[in-house]
Amino acid sequence: MTKKWKRERRNTIIALALFAVLMVLERAGAGLGIPRSVLANHWIIMIFYLVPYLIVGAPVLKKAVLGIVHLQMFDESFLMTLATIGAFATGENAEACAVMLFYQVGELFQQYAVGRSRRSITDLMEIAPEFAHIQREDGSLETVDPDEVRIGDVLVVKPGEKVPVDGVILEGDSLIDTAALTGESVPRRGKAGDSIISGCINGEGALKIRAEKEYDDSTVARILEMVEEAADKKSRTETFITRFAHWYTPIVVVGALALALIPSIITKDPATWIYRACTFLVISCPCALVISVPLSFFGGIGAASRIGVLVKGSNFLELMAHLDTVVSDKTGTLTKGEFKVQSTEPAPGVTPQRLLETAARAEGLSTHPIAASIRQAAGVSVGQNPEETENISGKGLLAKVGGHAVLVGNAGLMKDYGIDFVETKDPASTCVYAAEDGHFLGAILIADAVKPEAAAAVAAMKREGVRKVVMLTGDRKPVADAVAEKLGVDEVWSELLPGDKVTKVEKILQASRPAGGSAKVAFIGDGINDAPVLTRADVGIAMGSMGSDAAIEAADIVIMDDDLRRIPAVVRIARKTVGISWQNIIFALAVKVLILILGALGIANMWAAVFADVGVAILCILNAMRILAIKDPVGEIGVPAARRAA
Amino acid sequence: MKKRFKCEVDCANCAAKMEDAIKKIDGVNDATVSFMTQKMTVDADDDRFDEIMQKAVKACKRVEPDCEVYLK
Repeated sequence: MTKKWKRERRNTIIALALFAVLMVLERAGAGLGIPRSVLANHWIIMIFYLVPYLIVGAPVLKKAVLGIVHLQMFDESFLMTLATIGAFATGENAEACAVMLFYQVGELFQQYAVGRSRRSITDLMEIAPEFAHIQREDGSLETVDPDEVRIGDVLVVKPGEKVPVDGVILEGDSLIDTAALTGESVPRRGKAGDSIISGCINGEGALKIRAEKEYDDSTVARILEMVEEAADKKSRTETFITRFAHWYTPIVVVGALALALIPSIITKDPATWIYRACTFLVISCPCALVISVPLSFFGGIGAASRIGVLVKGSNFLELMAHLDTVVSDKTGTLTKGEFKVQSTEPAPGVTPQRLLETAARAEGLSTHPIAASIRQAAGVSVGQNPEETENISGKGLLAKVGGHAVLVGNAGLMKDYGIDFVETKDPASTCVYAAEDGHFLGAILIADAVKPEAAAAVAAMKREGVRKVVMLTGDRKPVADAVAEKLGVDEVWSELLPGDKVTKVEKILQASRPAGGSAKVAFIGDGINDAPVLTRADVGIAMGSMGSDAAIEAADIVIMDDDLRRIPAVVRIARKTVGISWQNIIFALAVKVLILILGALGIANMWAAVFADVGVAILCILNAMRILAIKDPVGEIGVPAARRAA
Repeated sequence: MKKRFKCEVDCANCAAKMEDAIKKIDGVNDATVSFMTQKMTVDADDDRFDEIMQKAVKACKRVEPDCEVYLK
């Protein structure tokens, strides 16, 4: 804590002790031999109480005077000073002193609690590297600030250290802990040639890396900047409450003024009414309201970042709480985005391996993703070209491999060459048939595999209150339908051109919001060519695949490790955040209004008013801090429990 | 030009008041004072930026004498 805070804490403790002694002396003074004339003398008692009052209240009084000089009449310190002076004037010496004391106690606690939660959130983001070891040409190591690393520098990252800048591994082999960036608890293997991002923690092996980016452009700096800026983008709840606070204080102060003047004139009992007006002044500070909302959202953003989700503003978290429709891209988002041989159906007497190998050899050096997937499945290395190749447009190819004529292609190709083949019907896959010297070898089924967690994620989204999940894709209808069915998606739009996606999202946006409802639409994409759609939707969610700049720029929320299950988890966090901030608003307002009414009627005294001000603020802060305690919001995500242990 | 500065603010309401005060300065396009991160972001005209920041600090001190803004 700061020096100022510590000094105020010391003063407050001294004043509290003095106050307690005075209270005892005043109440039990007669028994201790203090003359009755002293105890009954208002002014003498006041002078005694002024001592702790001034010890604890000096900074407040100073601020109040400055407030008057600067014409800041509704300043909190000014109001507190006015209230306590009023209490002294009406002869409530102990209460006047107590109000100032507990006001300070509350302020101290408030600062402490906020400082704590601020730290615990920044701790989560403890990814900033503190230093880098540059290896100079003579082999010596120099330890510098990450800022000083230039592109092309060779850096050494020792075991357990953070990677300072984005780069490429030159030497070494190690397990890399990316948990702080992605929430992924299983370390990733990194070896020479792999790229590595800053902020990861190196495992047990030393690595030598070449810097590819300077610190400011590295992943870690960009993430930190984004998280900090996130707090600047205010949620609607926060804007609302700030605007409310703007009016609340003047209204209560005017109320206090009216309460002090009007009944006093009528009843000719100014002391009672001025005292009651002072209770109003104590309650008039809006701090509990104003603090609890941003604190809740800050906590929500922190909780999201702990599971590897970057939320780029409080407003987006708020929108997620009202998520109604999720629109998702297919390739690369719900599916892995890479073609893979799913199965083979060899003709009788042909082994699957022979089928794959023959097809792979015929495809040779082709860069087509289907050719690549067959080569990968066959385990044939690149560079073996067939002797002759003839492309048959739209159907496949005819190649000469080791003296044999090999046909690889679709059903049309087989028919054209009069091959006696068995047609395979699988709507979700692309079928490639192969034949050698006129004999059918079999079929190879290739498809883009659905992500293993996708179905669970869709189900969890529904459980979290998402009404509709829609899939948009440029892929063929049979493939799209098959994927949709597998995942439990409600609506599919296939064979779309990139431009169509924006139009579709526009339509969904209109349909989901009949006449100004709060239902929100999110779009999930891999961020590569979805930027316009990501921007158009209420909330754009990008599969980060860390380091993909396009995704990080265009989206409002970035899922660092591409795990779809993070989405329902964020919805849960968002709901809880919005819920807690409204609990706080309603609770704080209810208590304040209640004490205002009771205070006006003379039932609630200044002690109650201090509680309504400081006590409520503290309770709201504690309530807001509950958000940080959300560990595994959906219960099915492997969030590293001991993240902060390191 | 948009720049971020470290600052010390004691309460959330004070941060809101500082923000309002900075926004009223001529040449400031936008400003935020975040109580949570204790950071101030000011978006203002390039050529007068330093001068505007001097004014901003003065304005903050007026509404909130306790605050501290670190321009460096």
